[in-house]
Amino acid sequence: MGLVTYIPRMLPFVLFKGLELPPFIQGVLKNVPYATLGALIFPAIIFLQKDDIWYGIAGAAAAFGAAFLGANVIVVVLGSITVLALYSYFL
Amino acid sequence: MSDFAIGKESTEFKKGLQAGISIGIGYFPIALTFGLLAKTSGLSIYESVLMSMIVFAGASQYISLSLLAYGTGIVEIVLTTFIVNIRHFLMSTSLNEKCEDDHLGNKMLYSFGITDETFSVVATREGTATTGFMFGVNLLAYSSWVIFTGIGHLIGASLPQTLQESMGVALYAMFIGLLVPSLKKSVKVLFLASLAAIFNTIFTIGGIMAQGWAIVTSTILSAVMIELIEVIKARHWGVKHEK
Repeated sequence: MGLVTYIPRMLPFVLFKGLELPPFIQGVLKNVPYATLGALIFPAIIFLQKDDIWYGIAGAAAAFGAAFLGANVIVVVLGSITVLALYSYFL
Repeated sequence: MSDFAIGKESTEFKKGLQAGISIGIGYFPIALTFGLLAKTSGLSIYESVLMSMIVFAGASQYISLSLLAYGTGIVEIVLTTFIVNIRHFLMSTSLNEKCEDDHLGNKMLYSFGITDETFSVVATREGTATTGFMFGVNLLAYSSWVIFTGIGHLIGASLPQTLQESMGVALYAMFIGLLVPSLKKSVKVLFLASLAAIFNTIFTIGGIMAQGWAIVTSTILSAVMIELIEVIKARHWGVKHEK
């Protein structure tokens, strides 16, 4: 198990070491982080609680709101945890 | 001069540790629960901690517990783990372009710590990622994962249910916190993230492919499509939008 989790992580550093990739591929690779984040967030965050999608939506809204106002990542994380704790406490 | 270089490297390492704090918070409830579930699945504390130390992959470790419980063979567990983690190949390829040039040995060492979360923190940071920063982020994430696996097994109980549930949002909130600053600055980022999110939602809800493949496929589709649009736009208008 350790080997099959390590190989995909390590191999690109060895394979592409000192290799100048074509500009188009470089462009695509620069896009990868933002595309990945989109896919990591949705739809998973909506289904935080399978029986109440509003729970996930509330968490996402809190995080987006705090981040949009320029809050530090740690504040965004702690803020949305707090919002959801209050959500389950009161609703 | 070499003192100066070492000093720079250690501040980069500290910056990495700081940037890793939100990952540490996010891993806390997941690792704790993993430790607890591993215990109920009959793994000893050594086996559980060793698994977290060697595998260091949340989803795969959870899946392997349920596969072990079903009595699934080792080959299938390893194969499933490989498929779930294939996306890290794409993430490492992208990071390889961003990380500062260094000995292959260092790269092979810190690449062990690349996860969805460490990747997101490093990749959204402006400028080149230094080796010190990589080690800082990865070490904090790794320590949190391994230590809380052990504590979860040891205390054999999870957090109060309300807290456990609300802490489940932590990693997604972190992803949002990392994405939004770039998203405010660039429409391209908005399109990249939205398109990948839409593809992944269709693939996942439609049950078209397993989650490991859905994330990789959505990412590649979105990254390639947006880049093609950029190139075509550049050809037509003679302008290239450099980020």
